[in-house]
Amino acid sequence: MAFFIQNLVNGISLGSLYALLAIGYTMVYGILRLINFAHGDIFMLGAYLSFYVMTLTSLPWWLAFLIATILTGILGIVLERTAYAPLRQEARINVLISAIGASFLLENLAILVFGGRPQPFPVPEVLDRSIKVGQVSFNIIQVVIPIVTAVLLLVLHFVVNKTKTGMAMRALATDYEASDLMGININLIISVTFLIGSLLAAVGGILYACRYPQLLPLMGMMPGIKCFIAAVIGGIGNMTGAVVGGMILGMAEIMIVGFLPSLNDYRDGFAFIILILILIIKPTGLFGSTAKEKV
Amino acid sequence: MRRSQVFSRKNILGLLIFTAILVLINFLPLDNYYRKIINLSYIYITLALSLNLINGYTGLFSLGHYGFMAIGAYTTAILTMPPEAKDAYYNIEPIYEWLKNFNMPLIPALIVSGILAAILGFLIALPVLRLNDDYLAIASMGFAEIILVLIRTQFRITNGALGLKGIPRVDSYYLYGGVALVMIIFMLLLTNSTKGKSLVAIREDEIAARSVGINAYLYKVISFTIGSFWAGVGGGLMAVMVGTVNQMQFTFQLTFNILLIVVLGGMGKIWGTVVAAVIVTSALELMRFLDEPMNFGIFQDGLPGLRMVVFSLLLMIVVIGRTKLKGRKSRA
Repeated sequence: MAFFIQNLVNGISLGSLYALLAIGYTMVYGILRLINFAHGDIFMLGAYLSFYVMTLTSLPWWLAFLIATILTGILGIVLERTAYAPLRQEARINVLISAIGASFLLENLAILVFGGRPQPFPVPEVLDRSIKVGQVSFNIIQVVIPIVTAVLLLVLHFVVNKTKTGMAMRALATDYEASDLMGININLIISVTFLIGSLLAAVGGILYACRYPQLLPLMGMMPGIKCFIAAVIGGIGNMTGAVVGGMILGMAEIMIVGFLPSLNDYRDGFAFIILILILIIKPTGLFGSTAKEKV
Repeated sequence: MRRSQVFSRKNILGLLIFTAILVLINFLPLDNYYRKIINLSYIYITLALSLNLINGYTGLFSLGHYGFMAIGAYTTAILTMPPEAKDAYYNIEPIYEWLKNFNMPLIPALIVSGILAAILGFLIALPVLRLNDDYLAIASMGFAEIILVLIRTQFRITNGALGLKGIPRVDSYYLYGGVALVMIIFMLLLTNSTKGKSLVAIREDEIAARSVGINAYLYKVISFTIGSFWAGVGGGLMAVMVGTVNQMQFTFQLTFNILLIVVLGGMGKIWGTVVAAVIVTSALELMRFLDEPMNFGIFQDGLPGLRMVVFSLLLMIVVIGRTKLKGRKSRA
């Protein structure tokens, strides 16, 4: 039982991280029908920026994290303005290629600037203590991650459902052209979408670095792909779906490895197998709605 | 099929020039480094045309090319390695007995590699192509990653992460150039046939294509399967060119390089792809100096990664710049 609870705690914390990242994918896809391949690299930049803000300045860790998050959010807008906005009227395939190009550019720039070697991440001491409850032992950060995620999700829920910007976002996702005709400032709303997605990715990246304290220029690649899969599992374009998908994926990964350790070598393959199964069984994802093809 | 389209002046001229280069280049006294670049260019022509079939002609977005290449490379390697070499190099766990003496000459081995890649391509296309095309990008990439995970773990077939050495190397322009020539002719015949036109119709407007009686799903699956076949052959050629295979060679970067060729050469353009393949391959090789130590006064050390930074920038400038020039307005 203790073993199960131990894995449950690990699964929830990994699942929350996946959920944070998956929301960015699902929001961008919902509005632009674009797989933002560079999202995983935004996640990586969030972690690296927090490292540099922390080590180069003498700011307290929480302020450093905040500054890094905001910087990453701005980077997300810059990415959208330079790599995606010029192609808005183009065939989708060109935007996808541009997205992959952006992802490669960020990864290789990171290798160039930050160096290709793994960088140890200085986890703030407050977050690094381990606690033992009964037979279950965990790190403070494993409790912090789900709490931060839950708070951010509540804020996001409020923004999307209760504010005017959120309404515009939902309108854009429902019908792009009609929203344009209704006088919604499309460029602004898309920038806000990227800002929110990148802020969440940055928080995810920083928390990930606290949980697995090692920075690598390619650290965003696998989580990025997995979280897109999480978004697809939940039904792409649907935020609840992204959270549930992230949780399922994180939990499945931890549980399968926990209870069947011999499958550890295959752990990066699970997500893809789940994806293919979901696509066969329920192509629109768990919470997805069927879109009609328009002629 | 109107003959005049396949044998248009441009195509005949192109084929003549390609054949002439293929033959005449043998008379140039080139060292191994340049021979390698030329052979690699030929392989990239084959690979880029196969991706162009999937991507440029049919409008599907596959990112899993490196997975199919890995299958092809490992199949060719295992089929052409002599049993003694297999004894010598499988040092984690010995190879399965039935695979050990399973040998064949190079050309059949390449065909088997292609067929194996095609079968797997067919199996992945069958469920995924029923859906939105975007899922294919992620699913094909996921599939490639699963293949690589299997390669890393199936020691008795692939020798795991250590890779395979001792594959009989082939250093002949005629092999690599010949396959590229076959691929070019195949693409010319295919794209000028009714079948090929149907693929373009699906790319341009799937609903319209379906309403004139084209079985879009079937055509997409076939196109993806054929593309996978040639990716497998290309992977096999890489194995015999280098003489070793290792799972580290097959990364997403490989798909990216091929994608770059397709984008630079033009989606759905055969001769553009051929020229772009030569340019990109040569440039990628010749630009290796960027990663070497340089002396700029400030930087003394090498800048590993600079080469790929330049390349990703190039890709984005091409994609974005071309849009600005053309100003095409279609939201597909």
